[in-house]
Amino acid sequence: MRTVDPSSGGKTAPRSAKFVTWQEAFGAAKQREAPFETVSCEPVPPLVTQDDVADLDAENEIGLPGQFPFTRGPYASMYRTRLWTMRQFAGFGTAADTNARYKYLLERGQDGLSVAFDLPTLMGYDADHEHSLGEVGRCGVAISSLQDMETLFDGIPLGEVTTSMTINSPAAIIWAMYLVTAQKQGWKLDQLGGTTQNDILKEYIAQKEYIFPPEPSMRLVVDTMEYAAKHVPRWHPVSISGYHIREAGSTAVQELAFTLADGFAYVEACLERGMDVDAFAPRLSHFFNSHVDFFEEIAKFRAARRIYAKRMRDKYGAKKERSMTLRFHTQTAGCSLTAQQPYNNLVRTAWEALAGVLGGTQSLHTNSMDETYALPTENAVKLALRTQQLIAYESGVANTIDPLAGSWFVEDLTNKMERGAEEIFAQIDEMGGVVAAIEKGWFQREIARSAYQFQREVEAGRQVIVGVNKFVEEGEDDTIELLEISMDKENEQVERVKKLRAERSAPKVEEALARIRKDAEGGVNLMPAFMQASEAYATLGEMTDVLRDVFGTYRETPTF
Amino acid sequence: MDEPIRVLVAKPGLDGHDRGAKVVAAALRDAGMEVIYGGLHQTPDAIVQMAVQEDVDVVGLSILSGAHMTLFPKVKELLDAAGAENVLLTGGGIISPDDMAGLEKLGVGKLFGPGSRLADLVDYIRAEVGQRRTAAGSA
Amino acid sequence: MTEAAPVATDRDAALVERVRAGDQRACARLMTWAERNDPRYAAAHRAFVGSLGTAQRIGITGPPGAGKSTLVEGLAEHWRKTEDRTIGVVAVDPTSPFTGGALLGDRVRMSRLVLDPGVFIRSMATRGVFGGLARATDDVADVLDLYGRHTVLVETVGVGQSEVDIARSCDLTLVVLHPGGGDTIQAMKAGLMEVADVYVVNKADMPGLDRLVQELYDVLELREIPEDQRPPVLTTVASNGQGVAELADAIDGMVAERRASGALDARREENLERRVRRLVDGRLRRDVWETQRLAEHLHKRLAGSGTLSAYELADEVLDVYRGAGRDQDPSSNDPSLPDTSPEDSA
Repeated sequence: MRTVDPSSGGKTAPRSAKFVTWQEAFGAAKQREAPFETVSCEPVPPLVTQDDVADLDAENEIGLPGQFPFTRGPYASMYRTRLWTMRQFAGFGTAADTNARYKYLLERGQDGLSVAFDLPTLMGYDADHEHSLGEVGRCGVAISSLQDMETLFDGIPLGEVTTSMTINSPAAIIWAMYLVTAQKQGWKLDQLGGTTQNDILKEYIAQKEYIFPPEPSMRLVVDTMEYAAKHVPRWHPVSISGYHIREAGSTAVQELAFTLADGFAYVEACLERGMDVDAFAPRLSHFFNSHVDFFEEIAKFRAARRIYAKRMRDKYGAKKERSMTLRFHTQTAGCSLTAQQPYNNLVRTAWEALAGVLGGTQSLHTNSMDETYALPTENAVKLALRTQQLIAYESGVANTIDPLAGSWFVEDLTNKMERGAEEIFAQIDEMGGVVAAIEKGWFQREIARSAYQFQREVEAGRQVIVGVNKFVEEGEDDTIELLEISMDKENEQVERVKKLRAERSAPKVEEALARIRKDAEGGVNLMPAFMQASEAYATLGEMTDVLRDVFGTYRETPTF
Repeated sequence: MDEPIRVLVAKPGLDGHDRGAKVVAAALRDAGMEVIYGGLHQTPDAIVQMAVQEDVDVVGLSILSGAHMTLFPKVKELLDAAGAENVLLTGGGIISPDDMAGLEKLGVGKLFGPGSRLADLVDYIRAEVGQRRTAAGSA
Repeated sequence: MTEAAPVATDRDAALVERVRAGDQRACARLMTWAERNDPRYAAAHRAFVGSLGTAQRIGITGPPGAGKSTLVEGLAEHWRKTEDRTIGVVAVDPTSPFTGGALLGDRVRMSRLVLDPGVFIRSMATRGVFGGLARATDDVADVLDLYGRHTVLVETVGVGQSEVDIARSCDLTLVVLHPGGGDTIQAMKAGLMEVADVYVVNKADMPGLDRLVQELYDVLELREIPEDQRPPVLTTVASNGQGVAELADAIDGMVAERRASGALDARREENLERRVRRLVDGRLRRDVWETQRLAEHLHKRLAGSGTLSAYELADEVLDVYRGAGRDQDPSSNDPSLPDTSPEDSA
């Protein structure tokens, strides 16, 4: 995208005699055979000096932790007060299976829960729907009704843990089930903390698990934001996610810019509904990928905080500091893992996690080494969690806040990230905003191109992946233990849903579904209707079907 | 082989992660094949219907959701039932070696996991289709 | 595929019979023969041409992004629902000649039709089609006609002459535009405005509708077409079905009217002539450059001949060709040349 003079940090200011001497020495030295570029295919300079960041206003652009523009971190004391939350995303099989895994993780020192749902749940289908065939409980837990949600959190006090739920299109419905489950455990809504991913824009852009067209989808997101602001103040109703954008093949700067642009689109949608920016912005959170290119990732995280703070204050008029601070969850890059030599994945994940910590993440998920084959085994998950604990307690990196600040290289890279993102924002604005760009297939095309370019560089050996295109072992036998999910789980869940339908009160369900229809058509906030229907044990599929009927469904035009 | 190889690339089931499918589609195109992109969220019936109408040599499916042990056999069964048993059924995704071996026994072709090289896939398809075309005569 | 097959064998005839009987796989395979310019297709064609002509063929073209595939889906759905009419769709996706292959994505925009046995969709690329895209498209449409489809929709992006030709080789040609794309100028450049029997302004819910419609009227005005002969301008929003039923009725109405007035026969005759000319052009080209190896001859002459005029070389190539033609009948190597005159098979 941008080219820099490889022999300098990018600027052409007058150079000192010593620099010129270095430059000559460097030029005379033999260079090893390598493209010297990041995993995003961006060229990297061999050296960055003070001169390269001479224009940087350190006081105002880097500043101090907990102070505008928060480049060094959202809080003044960062990990000296509290380490990041170690939050392993998990879910498989039935609610009872996943409940057991949560208890296992909590007993081993995990701080918060993170629910992975299966695809039928993510797409708003009950386990017994024809589209669910073969998918029930396979890549997450199957939740078809309040009954499953109650089982999922059985024996786990929801007022005392925080729960992150990776759910998007039907997020409002699943959240309603969670809230009702907590109420039935005896908690009040204002005691509940956690996050729903609920970021529909990145679904159109990257992960493609959408149901409705963008407009009604945005309305559901704003409904949850409004409801959270009024009734569940400790909840983060949206986690604006770059993770999936990166996994789909974007570069680091595309991940940064697309994600922040999505977030600003939610902000604008809430402002349009007449909400006060300081009423909802403090509860917005973000979710980034931490890929293999160590410094590029750290620069991305630092730039994200700075861009966000500036825009929230200057463009959207935020007054509260908390409205300007970007807080984020990090997951190490699933797409960096290889099926070949799976033990290498442990090592990759370790430094990706380290980059997240040095970038100041608030919570972290580390992937397990076996995930290129299947959902992780308990042992593999334990090693992934231990990786975080080793970083936290042995490496010493959490003792000093933002230890890389002032590194000319890191600050220069942070600046480049910010500039690159600003260029992308300008392109999006020109197209008429995020939704218009989605409808044009612009994001999708940009990502597909980056993904293909990267893959071609791998094929050509320009991007080295150990075990894939270098240090390949012929006939290697790195067999590892894998998790198997019995096919019986699907039948078990299907029977459970059928039994529920037969036993619940049909009139109550009818009444609740009718209310959803009425409120969906009438433009009323849908959360109370979803909660009523959850209590009546209406299923996820039944509620989503009403919305499908009212809102219609979305189909994308593929781009390459 | 002078006639271009026709390939249907599709994603069955509910999984929307289309990075692999798109990268593969672009790579097969660049290798001189005619790629019909069947898109996301396709049922096995729809995939087979498309494969028959398009008279493809190859059906390539991308499945990352763990539903491969249901979806691959279903597509294979329907292809056979439609008289398209000669069509190469291949694909990729998050699939364990044991499952790959199990699917191979059912007549599914080689499957490609994360870290596979596109060149290997292209070579595999060319070799397989070459054999099948030769075996079937000039048609 | 170099050996001649002057008449259809029993096995080939059996395939044709299976197509006629509604066998989907046979239909797809016969299309593959047509696409590959397989000699068996040319032989079969002579045998089944007498049964063609029942399908009404509608060409749909327009600039990229106008929503043609979605409109095709809408029309097909409409006809399926209202009268159970069988539909064939030929979706042509011209692709870059540089990449060598093709990526055909139109099907995704017609995904609602996939499971309906009354709709047969075939995607075609410009690549791999010997002797021209338009030839193969006509043939694939013929197969759908033979297969008994009532209406065949041939969709192609109106970006170049050969794509425009495809849309023209139908009973009726729709040119689809959308507001806000600066489409009229592009369409004029591509020669689309002259071939339209109906203008469809799709995505009519987008800003700029009035302006585009006005531009269309201005163009028609400029062309000085008498008012009663001007192509109608219809508006649709294919994504939500708005205007699709009206468009379907207009199409049927115009085809019926032309059938009654004899205009349809005249149009089909014109199309047939163009088709024959295309076949002849294609064969001559192939004969000159491939069969007679004149490309090789030319390459030899080009080496170090910087001072030679292109005209001089062209004359020379044609002289050699004519000379060679006397020794060897160029058609003897080309199995698909009809031995009957085109009028006989009309």
